[in-house]
Amino acid sequence: MLAYIIRRVAQSILVLLITGFVAFSMFSFVGDPIENMLGQERTQADVDRLRGQLGLDQPFVVQYGKFLQQAAQGNFGLSYRQGREVSAILAERLPATLELAFVSGLLALGGGIGFGILTAIRKRGFSSNAIMTLSLVGVSLPTFLIGILLIFLFSVELGWLPSFGRGEVVDLGWWTTGFLTVSGLKALVLPAITLGLYQMTLIMRLVRTEMLEVLRMDYIRFARARGLRERSINFRHALRNTLVPVITITGLQLGSIIAFAIITETVFQWPGVGLLFINAVQFVDIPVMAAYLMMISVMFVGINLIVDLLYFAIDPRLRVDGKSGGH
Amino acid sequence: MMKHLLLAATAMTLTMGAAQAETLRWARSGDALTLDPHAQNEGPTLAMMQQMMEPLVLRNPAGELEGALATSWTVNPENPDIWTFTLREGVTFHDGAAFTAEDVVFSMERALSENSDMKGLISSVASVEANGDYEVIVTTKGPNPLLPASLPNILMIDKDWAEANSTVDVQDVEGGEETFASQNVNGTGPYMLVSREADVKTEMTRFDGYWGIDEFPMAYSDIVYTPIQNPSTRIAALLSGEVDFIQDVPVQDLQRVEDSDELKIMSSPQNRVIFFGMNVSDELVNGNPEGGNPLADVRVRQAMNMALNRDAIRQVVMRGQSIPAGVIMPPFVSGWTEELNTVPATDLDAARALMAEAGWTDGFSIQLDCPNDRYVNDEAICQATVGMMAQIGITVNLNAQPKAQHFPVVNGLESDFYMMGWGVPSYDSEYIFNFLYHTKGDLYGTWNGTRYSNPQIDEMTQAIAAEVDLEARDATIAQMWDIVKEDVVYLPVHHQMLNWAMRNEVGAAVDADDQVKVKYFTID
Repeated sequence: MLAYIIRRVAQSILVLLITGFVAFSMFSFVGDPIENMLGQERTQADVDRLRGQLGLDQPFVVQYGKFLQQAAQGNFGLSYRQGREVSAILAERLPATLELAFVSGLLALGGGIGFGILTAIRKRGFSSNAIMTLSLVGVSLPTFLIGILLIFLFSVELGWLPSFGRGEVVDLGWWTTGFLTVSGLKALVLPAITLGLYQMTLIMRLVRTEMLEVLRMDYIRFARARGLRERSINFRHALRNTLVPVITITGLQLGSIIAFAIITETVFQWPGVGLLFINAVQFVDIPVMAAYLMMISVMFVGINLIVDLLYFAIDPRLRVDGKSGGH
Repeated sequence: MMKHLLLAATAMTLTMGAAQAETLRWARSGDALTLDPHAQNEGPTLAMMQQMMEPLVLRNPAGELEGALATSWTVNPENPDIWTFTLREGVTFHDGAAFTAEDVVFSMERALSENSDMKGLISSVASVEANGDYEVIVTTKGPNPLLPASLPNILMIDKDWAEANSTVDVQDVEGGEETFASQNVNGTGPYMLVSREADVKTEMTRFDGYWGIDEFPMAYSDIVYTPIQNPSTRIAALLSGEVDFIQDVPVQDLQRVEDSDELKIMSSPQNRVIFFGMNVSDELVNGNPEGGNPLADVRVRQAMNMALNRDAIRQVVMRGQSIPAGVIMPPFVSGWTEELNTVPATDLDAARALMAEAGWTDGFSIQLDCPNDRYVNDEAICQATVGMMAQIGITVNLNAQPKAQHFPVVNGLESDFYMMGWGVPSYDSEYIFNFLYHTKGDLYGTWNGTRYSNPQIDEMTQAIAAEVDLEARDATIAQMWDIVKEDVVYLPVHHQMLNWAMRNEVGAAVDADDQVKVKYFTID
């Protein structure tokens, strides 16, 4: 068990190191931060001085080494764009993204399972057909377009919901939350729908297919033959067996909700880490890009590590140390 | 209906009150990068800081120099290197400290320090000394008749405050330390900082101790500044009434704003001219076609200048929001004449004849480097240009990329044909020659990507910098423009138009530099 965990953790660290390496090798293609950092009147001497100061004249491997060395001490440097500590900026921005991801996740899960069951049970009803058709729209329209459409409908035409920002937030010292104010909650609605729509349709279609599959099983037929109530068959017997793959997918999608919040955050000026990253890319703010990418990869690697460990707990075959030939 | 009437009535009674609370909710695409007045020489950063801090001399919305913290300035008739600035008396900083000459000396020296991003603007300054509390002597490295015009972006902060908060030095990004001045402000400006969350929201409130509180409209008691990056969202926020005033209005959305009964657009030619630069040296970066570098031949450049249909670009790409340019100088810059700005007639036959005369009947192919996130519709202008050049046989391959990649290519002399835009903060021709026409070097010609090198222009550029006789200076400048216009070093495209969109009641004062100064705003 211990050996397995150690091996898994070691592999994860290796993955992180490789991700960082690839990220740093790409930064030189994003552009040159110096142009953004100095005003129009700068001289060549200023450019050279700053380039030297920032170590941008060194090969990317050296820059990466320096980054790792400092990151190991918990120092991610200063943002080129804002001149503030990257770790502080990330800590300030993360709550916005996590709250948005949380609400969209709930929405995707709730809506997805609910509509999935509905469309599976009433296979040919009008509402099922309508939902299935609409869900195609959800999958095929790009996120930013959905966001803009929602803004024009609910903010400009109807004036019900704000078009940008997080509304009033309550500062808890280490966390800022929009859950405690009316404007904060209102501000969450449109971005959460925009971000969660795709995942919702995905889960819905998954639940529907699984459910249809399960409903064809013998034990369901026998349950019907036993005269059980339809409600009990659908929700107690069928749904439970449907949920296993749904939970696996949801876990994996959670990571991508956070990572792909970038577009939604840009459309709604949502002050989370995704918007921060976009700004960093435009400005070539290397410390912020590096820290963000590392954070996202730690998150993905972490989720996968947990999933692996869960498999280990569930699947007895993996417990035979060293003898199983991998999976 | 009743409710609306009631609301209107309440609003009317409110506006009758003298010092009522009116908040200006202001949005534009980017946020200020810092609040340290000497750390970033960048548009949105300066625009925000101008509400809270002031220079000695500012440029008012009409584009004229106006005394802010200095009431008058004179140059010593005997020695043109010595300037005397008389300071405004009775000015206080937001914390109540008095503004005196030592603050000016401190701020100017800070702006000249190594990590300052402003030092390029006032590189002619040799020393700054206080003479009593309300007089400052500025000595320049040589005569500089334009010294006052270089000061509007040099903002003043309190010396004692900076010392007390150990923020004397401008932040050095590499040093790894955040500075107090980058997050806090103690200026003399009309508005005080209330709160700031970078990239999210900045709130300011009227400074009741402001020296000009009776002199300027100062109709707004509070300002809430929100960056909204996405243009559609920005427009939506204005249409839905969540903000009152936006900058950076996309040209395709102007009509939508104009169609609204509650909104209006205010426009002005912007202090930014868009043009193409060409490699005029003997060698193209990617190798010459047989017969040498075609761009080195002035006839080819003339032909390209004729083939460029600026009216078409104006109508189709810019939806009317540009002024075709014949010279790379914004209209209010000294040295500008209607004649210089004459746009060559689009004459394809004449252009083809010139190409043939130069020996390029069959044309040639060249890469055009273009930014896609810097100027209004930059990439679309380049695309249009590709088609226009094709008409005279020049095959243009467009390479559009983000500004962070585009400008290093231009400044690294790795481009043969590129787009650029230029604003002139000093409102004087010298600035253009200095950066764009002088032979590229460490101090001069730093943005000249054309390899154009004309010893006569170089000499004249350095001469006008020190010429005190303004008439002689103007004559030299006129002569210089004639030379570079004849040489067709750049292909001018147009002067950008500036559009601000706002609610009807906002009486904004449009400023060619896109620098908002809320103290001039009224409520109609």
